[in-house]
Amino acid sequence: MLIKIPKKSELSENQVTQESVYLQRRQLLRGMGFIGAGTLISSALSSTAHGGVFDLFKKEEKPVFPLKGLSYSALADAENFPEKLTPEAKVTSHNNFYEFGAQKHQPAELAQGFKVNPWQLKISGEVDKPMTLDYDRLFSTIALEERIYRLRCVEAWSMVIPWVGFPLAKLLKMVQPNSRAKYVAFETLHDPEQMPGQSSRRLGGGIAYPYVEGLRIDEAMNPLTLLSVGLYGKTLPPQNGAPIRLVVPWKYGFKSIKSIVGIKLLEKQPPTTWNLLAPHEYGFYANVNPEVAHPRWSQASERRITTGGLLARNRIETLPFNGYGEQVAGLYKGMDLRTFY
Amino acid sequence: MLTTKVFWLKLLIHLGALLPLVNLYYLALSDQLTADPVEAVIHFTGIGALNLLLLTLLVSPLSKVSRQGFLMKTRRLLGLYAFTYALLHLLNFLFFEVQFDIALFVGEIVKRPYMTVGMAAFVILLLLALTSFDKVKRRMGKSWQKLHNYSYLAVVLAGVHFYWSVKSEIIEPGIYLLLTLALLSLRRDKFRRWFKRKG
Repeated sequence: MLIKIPKKSELSENQVTQESVYLQRRQLLRGMGFIGAGTLISSALSSTAHGGVFDLFKKEEKPVFPLKGLSYSALADAENFPEKLTPEAKVTSHNNFYEFGAQKHQPAELAQGFKVNPWQLKISGEVDKPMTLDYDRLFSTIALEERIYRLRCVEAWSMVIPWVGFPLAKLLKMVQPNSRAKYVAFETLHDPEQMPGQSSRRLGGGIAYPYVEGLRIDEAMNPLTLLSVGLYGKTLPPQNGAPIRLVVPWKYGFKSIKSIVGIKLLEKQPPTTWNLLAPHEYGFYANVNPEVAHPRWSQASERRITTGGLLARNRIETLPFNGYGEQVAGLYKGMDLRTFY
Repeated sequence: MLTTKVFWLKLLIHLGALLPLVNLYYLALSDQLTADPVEAVIHFTGIGALNLLLLTLLVSPLSKVSRQGFLMKTRRLLGLYAFTYALLHLLNFLFFEVQFDIALFVGEIVKRPYMTVGMAAFVILLLLALTSFDKVKRRMGKSWQKLHNYSYLAVVLAGVHFYWSVKSEIIEPGIYLLLTLALLSLRRDKFRRWFKRKG
C-alpha cells in the first residue's frame, strides 16, 4: 500500500473542492438518507470543513439574493381572505424549479447568486407591435396589483400565496395580437452557467431545457392569468421565478412557468416541457381536476402547506379548477376534460 | 473477544439506525424539517429502508470475502431495521400524507402500480420480520430459508417502487437498482442452482 504524506504547503483535497460541489454532494447524501442525526452537528461544523477550528465562530457568508419592496395596489380585504396564507418562508423554500435542482429545497440554496438585471422579456410572434421589456419596465409598464391565489401542485400539495403582478391580458393587448394568434408560448431563460440544473442531468432531473409552456389565447386573456413580479409585497426571489413568472391559478403549478424571457403568440399549439417528457401523465391543459387522477397520485384531495409540523391536519378536498370554476369553466365548454387533461 | 466485537458492532447499528430517526421526528414535529415535513419523513424513511436492505444483502458476501464470520451475527438486526424503516415509511404515508383516509389509502395502493409494488415489498419484509425469531426459525425448519430467500425479491421490488415513484430524476433510483443487481449477482451460483433444480 502506498502511503503518501502530503507536504504542508500542498492543498488538501477539501480545500480545492468548490463549495457548490461540496454542498451538492451533501444534498445527494441527504437525499439518499445518509445524513440524519449528524446533520445538526455537521451543519454547525460545516465551516470547519474548509478551514481551521477557529472558523467555527465565524459566520458563514453566503450571498443572499436582494429583494426590493414593490409599490402596488394592495388587495382591499386581504385580512379577511378566507384561507390562511402559506408562510413566506415556506413559499420561498419549497420550490419545483429544476433549473436549480430537482429537490424542493435546492432552488433556494442554489439560486441566490442568480442575476436578473439586466433582463429582457421579448414578446413576439403573431402580434402587430412586438415589444421587449427590460428589467425596470417589468415593474413600470403596467400598474401592479396584489392577488392572493391558491397554487395546486400536480404532486397533490398546495399553498396560498399573495402574488404581486399584472394581468397577462393587459400586456397582450399592448402588443396587439393579430387574427392568427391562437396560442401563447412561454420560455424560461436558458443559461446553464447560472442555472446548474440545465448543465447537470443529475441536478436538473433530466428534463429538456429551456423549459417551455403554453396557453390557449382565451386562457391567456382570462383576467385571472397573472404575470407575477413579486410575492409578499417584495420582488420575487429567484427560486420563485424572478424577475417575472406566470401564475395560472386554476391549473397545476407546472403551467406557471418561471423566469420568463420569451412570450410568443402562435397559430398552433406550442409544445410544453412536461407534456413532451411524459404525455400520458401531463397534458397541455393541466386544469386542476379532482376527477382525473395522475397515474401516480389521486387528485381528489391535497395537502395544504401552512404552519404546523408533521401533525398538522391539513388534507383538504381538491376543487374543480382549483376553486376558480366560476371564472374559467366556460373556457372549456363542450370539451371532455378526461381527454384534454 | 468475538462477542465484544459483535456487541460493539450491534451497538453501532442501533445508534446508526435510531439516532437519525430521533433527529428526523424531532425536526418534523417542531416544523423545522423543510417546508413540507410530510414529504421529508416519507422520503427519508423510504430511502433509509432501501439503504438498510442493501446493507443487509451486503453482510453475507462481505463476511465471506473478508473471512470475518462474526459479521453474519449482525444480519438479522440490519434486516429488522430495514423492516422498521419500511414500516415507518408506510405509517408516515397513512398518518401524515393521506391522514387516516383509509379509503384513499387502500385505493392508492390498489390503483397506483408503483404503490402496489411497494406494498408487495413491505408484505415480504413483514413476513421475514415475523419469522425472524429463533424459535420460529427452528420450528419452520427448511421452509424458513425458502421464505427468507424472498428478501431478494423484496429488494428488487423496493428499487422498482423507488424508480417508478419519481417524476423524471431517475439517476438516483437508477444507482440503487444497479447496486441491487450487483449484490444479487454475487449470488448467481445460488440462483443457478435453483433454476437447475426446477429445470
